[in-house]
Amino acid sequence: MAAPAPILRMSGIGKQFPGVKALDGVDFRLLPGEVHALMGENGAGKSTLIKVLTGVYDIDAGEIELEGRPVAFSSPLAAQQAGISTVYQEVNLCTNLSVAENIFIGREPRRLGRIQWKAMRRRAEEILARLDLDIDVSAPLSSYSLALQQMVAIARAVDIDAKVLILDEPTSSLDAGEVAQLFTVMRRLKEQGIAILFVSHFLDQIYEISDRMTILRNGTLVGEYLTSELSQVELIGKMIGRELADLEKLEERPPAGEGAPLVQAEELGRTGAIQPFTLTIHEGEVVGLAGLLGSGRTEIARLLFGADHAGTGSLKIDGEQVSLRTPRSAVARKLAFCSENRRAEGLIPDLTVRENLILALQASRGWTRPIPRRKQDELVDKYIAALNIRPANPDQLIKNLSGGNQQKVLLARWLILEPRLLILDEPTRGIDVGAKTEIQRLVAELSDGGMAVLFISAELEEVLRLSHKVGVLRDRKLVAQMDNEGLTTDTLTETIASGARS
Amino acid sequence: MSRILKHRLFWPLVILVALLALNLIFTDNFFKIQMKEGHLYGSLIDIVRFGAPLILVSLGMTLVIATSGIDLSVGSVVAIAGALACLRISGLSDQNSVGGVLGAVGLALVLSVVLGAWNGFLVAGIGIQPIIATLILMVAGRGLAQLITDGQITTVNSSPYKLIGGGYWLTLPFGIIIVAVVLALTAFLTRRLALGLLIESVGGNAEASRLAGISARGVLMTVYAFCGLCAGIAGLMISSNVSSADGNNAGLWIELDAILAVVIGGTPLSGGRFSLSGTVLGALIIQTLTTTIYSIGVPPETTLLFKALVVTIVCLIQSPAFRTKVFHRRRRPMTARPAAEEKVRVSA
Repeated sequence: MAAPAPILRMSGIGKQFPGVKALDGVDFRLLPGEVHALMGENGAGKSTLIKVLTGVYDIDAGEIELEGRPVAFSSPLAAQQAGISTVYQEVNLCTNLSVAENIFIGREPRRLGRIQWKAMRRRAEEILARLDLDIDVSAPLSSYSLALQQMVAIARAVDIDAKVLILDEPTSSLDAGEVAQLFTVMRRLKEQGIAILFVSHFLDQIYEISDRMTILRNGTLVGEYLTSELSQVELIGKMIGRELADLEKLEERPPAGEGAPLVQAEELGRTGAIQPFTLTIHEGEVVGLAGLLGSGRTEIARLLFGADHAGTGSLKIDGEQVSLRTPRSAVARKLAFCSENRRAEGLIPDLTVRENLILALQASRGWTRPIPRRKQDELVDKYIAALNIRPANPDQLIKNLSGGNQQKVLLARWLILEPRLLILDEPTRGIDVGAKTEIQRLVAELSDGGMAVLFISAELEEVLRLSHKVGVLRDRKLVAQMDNEGLTTDTLTETIASGARS
Repeated sequence: MSRILKHRLFWPLVILVALLALNLIFTDNFFKIQMKEGHLYGSLIDIVRFGAPLILVSLGMTLVIATSGIDLSVGSVVAIAGALACLRISGLSDQNSVGGVLGAVGLALVLSVVLGAWNGFLVAGIGIQPIIATLILMVAGRGLAQLITDGQITTVNSSPYKLIGGGYWLTLPFGIIIVAVVLALTAFLTRRLALGLLIESVGGNAEASRLAGISARGVLMTVYAFCGLCAGIAGLMISSNVSSADGNNAGLWIELDAILAVVIGGTPLSGGRFSLSGTVLGALIIQTLTTTIYSIGVPPETTLLFKALVVTIVCLIQSPAFRTKVFHRRRRPMTARPAAEEKVRVSA
């Protein structure tokens, strides 16, 4: 492919956060009419690069050129006006408004200050037709599937005269059919000469849609490759790199001795959430759950913890039949659950690190038995040191901590209780590499100490690295359970893709 | 100095002192406290004494608001508690019997707690939005109070009952002592015991609290029941002070004053962190304002307007966002002005 002049060129980009070098001398270019995948593990610097490009952050070093002219965007709006549009993972549209209103929000066609509804609907239809979409634009956005909502977001982004379209994990909440639909739209946009920057965790999708990829690791550039010239194995090797060597010793640890069965779920299920499944977790065992987003991983965790009520089946803890009506009763039985949704289901943002740390312990003691201040200090100091929580100030409000440190506080909240089963739902998502490795190491140590862990993660490597046993989910069903001996990401991906393995 | 300025009670305190100082200009001897017949007298004492019911209601309201709820029914509970107590006492053969009065008071308080728990049940058990759930009792409760008093104003003539709102004990008005006890009890429950942490946690993020093993339902029930109890005590105080129960007017609009006191005291309506001392300050500010209106002689037809203006100013001064905006605006023209002048000169 004779390379046309790049529409976007970033060179020597550096970005420093307190204590972390998020980007260090990264080069990146985008050619018109290509789909360019930005690859890297969580915390490799992908989002930072996107945020630098779209004016969310300033850069500390390097320069950005758009169509040959050096630019510096002071805000996402400025970037958008220059032709760089972004569609984020979570659709940021108003689902209560109509499709047309969403496309034109803030720039409605007006005459004499009045909105011209007819013209707006007509133009919205035209814009959607460019993407081969034929839907009722006057219906509220909420009446359409997530995939369609995503495409409306893309339509909106493209209509603002976009030259560069950034899609940050657009497929994470879509099913296979919807992904295909999205890719059709992306190909159409490509033909129109728009450069697309695509971020996704799903390797198969990357290989299906992208022409070229740039790989980042720990905030530095690994290289730029043509997708057709790089195999998946090589890609993973380049993404993980040195970190793999670091964790090698984890993989050599002894397999879990046959502990007694701790939690036994039999035909446990809940309509609309997860089909009945049977799963046994032994003491000291790490059970990994793999599967795409929305495949029912979180639902299993919530049922085991009593956060949702099971519709069918039974649950035994220590061989004794139990019915967990609330998380409270699960906590009483020494179960702990760290939710994937830190912000909505974990943090109490206005409370301090100390208060967030002792919350579960205090809840289990009840309000009439406060934890003495000296005991609090002792516990808080111990866990801040053990998990290396920064800043090490227990009276800091937790909302001011970085994502990784917030996650560690939430982990500590449960570790204080010394649970017998710790359920971790995506504990390493969205946190930097250092914190991630620390958390992985911690999980290994805890299980060596006899604690059972249910480990849920979208990153198959991570699941394989830590688990003794892996359960695979697909379409809200537990389709396979495999001992982690000789398992590879390929076999896992295959199982996820094909359903049960014979 | 900057630490004092940043303290969250700094501005409410400044406002209270300013209001008191204003009174000093209009009323001689405003700060003078005298001892008459073994009782303390003075304008300051009066402010606390007349403000006592509002402080009580506001304390309960603070905890409710901290759970990101609201209780509109406190005014009705005030009326019901007073009505029930007066009805029982008026039915006594000897209205001065201490036992009979205690029984009536106890019954009224139990009913208040039950009414509060009913609110809690609607909010936590059924999941109705607090503003709607408590609106039910706000409207229906007035009717209930009138039903109890048969639509009449029930008057009593009982000296033990009179003590609650109008009497003295240990040189102090009895109402002030009650407030002090309830305040100390609330502070003990929330700050020495762990109830405060659980309330703030439920108010800050209810779902996260549930997943951390907190029984959010139990916390909410407790808090609404406590709010009902506070309103009940306030109702007894108000009816005892006038020795009668008026189902229509007792505690009318007190819920709004209480919400205002909580907000002025620095507890956000969105829930989470709460401040008991802030609420007490807030209630005192409102009571002082009422006293001020009488003492400086604002014409009766403009009292409400005057009050509204002062409350608006108070709320604005309280708001950190507003303060930074004002201070920024003040700073900017000073640096910008020379440039503007130069421009004028050039064009001329």
